[in-house]
Amino acid sequence: MAEVIAGSALLLVADDNKVNRLLLARSIELMGHRAATVADGRAALDLLRTTPHDLVLLDITMPEMNGFEVLEALRKDLALRDVPVIVTSSLEGLENVVRCIELGAEDYLTKPVNPVLLKARVGASLEKKRLRDQQKELVRRFATPEVAQDLASAGFALGGKRVDGTVMFADIRGFTSLAESQPPEETIELLNTYYTLMFDAIGGHGGIVSQIAGDGLMAIFGAPLPLPGHADAAVRTAIDMIEMIELFGAEQAAGGKPPIRIGIGIATGPMVAGYTGTRERAVYTCIGDTVNVAARLEQHTKVAGRAILIDGATREGLRADIAADALGAVEIRGKSKLVDVYAVGA
Amino acid sequence: MTPPTIDQATFDELKETAGAAFAVELVDTFLSEAPTMLAELRRAYAAGDAEAFRRTAHSLKSNGNTFGALSLAQLAKTLELSGMEPVRAAAGAPLAALDAEYARVAQALKELSRG
Repeated sequence: MAEVIAGSALLLVADDNKVNRLLLARSIELMGHRAATVADGRAALDLLRTTPHDLVLLDITMPEMNGFEVLEALRKDLALRDVPVIVTSSLEGLENVVRCIELGAEDYLTKPVNPVLLKARVGASLEKKRLRDQQKELVRRFATPEVAQDLASAGFALGGKRVDGTVMFADIRGFTSLAESQPPEETIELLNTYYTLMFDAIGGHGGIVSQIAGDGLMAIFGAPLPLPGHADAAVRTAIDMIEMIELFGAEQAAGGKPPIRIGIGIATGPMVAGYTGTRERAVYTCIGDTVNVAARLEQHTKVAGRAILIDGATREGLRADIAADALGAVEIRGKSKLVDVYAVGA
Repeated sequence: MTPPTIDQATFDELKETAGAAFAVELVDTFLSEAPTMLAELRRAYAAGDAEAFRRTAHSLKSNGNTFGALSLAQLAKTLELSGMEPVRAAAGAPLAALDAEYARVAQALKELSRG
């Protein structure tokens, strides 16, 4: 057996076409990982049930069991529901992408798959799985009797850790008039699709969604687990979110429905992270000045007419390939000092 | 002007990212698999098996795009999306066109992978 290199993962390629199987397996091996291959959905499930894999590259159009059926079966299987899946397909239509994501796929790549894109998405998925495994381990540890007892005696004192991180606020522009212009069922459906897309973008860059309320959401990068390059990760998430919203808007327009636009505010700095609430119902969130600045910047996107606004500390954390326009110092409600504001993207 | 049978840029990129030796191997695999797929397409058409027809056309489209056989991919895509009805209306002509285009693609790929 070949020696396993450090950091090498085992991937499963499920595709009924031999050329596609060989090519995907080759791309995986060139990344330094190992690949197993199967030719239909049922064989994929059988193999996953006997041998743990780190990631699945799944075709949709297959005999026996197609990719949609595999995703459904994985989701129902407690032992397999957390295995990440990237769908690789040449099926036409954004509705298929959304269906895969709703069924739990991490990502959707169109075939022929661009090798650079594949490498990036495989890397992100494996990293996310590593973080999730770590978090599961944390939760498992939290659930020990000692911790439960500690909680009972000390109250909900898990919170209050001081961390450096990046906070993002996003919300839908003109949501109230949008909601008034269509039946509530359609609004709920739109919000579900919206959140599916946004959660995917945030999780894909190592962030967590802390709160959602109506059409707004708050995400944290760098807590509960440290995330190197959290400012950069948050801004890349925001760029992905805008891209997805534009794609989604084009679909909406094609269906005669109103497009949607979003505003995003991002700030970086010290904050206090932890669980707040009661013992029965708690959320993981962050508080502090950094959080306030992010929320205000999101509000300020309406005034500035730019989709993504970031503060100076976030700007300093960006890698060189992302350009940011300086909009100057802006007075932000609730802040005594002026805040340096930068815009990213259009 | 007719487009080239194989888009050179796509084929070069495949060679560059997967390796020249591997690209040759992949071409050989395609050349041994494709006749089976074309036969399966005709079998599905004769049997009125719409699902197998669509799936096989989809597979050929996908491979055509991989090697830069853009006309082949386009013909297969039309079969995938519009199904067997137009083929029947044209007395099987689209299948004959696909076979003829595949013969050109096979010839071109053999030359490219030898070169």
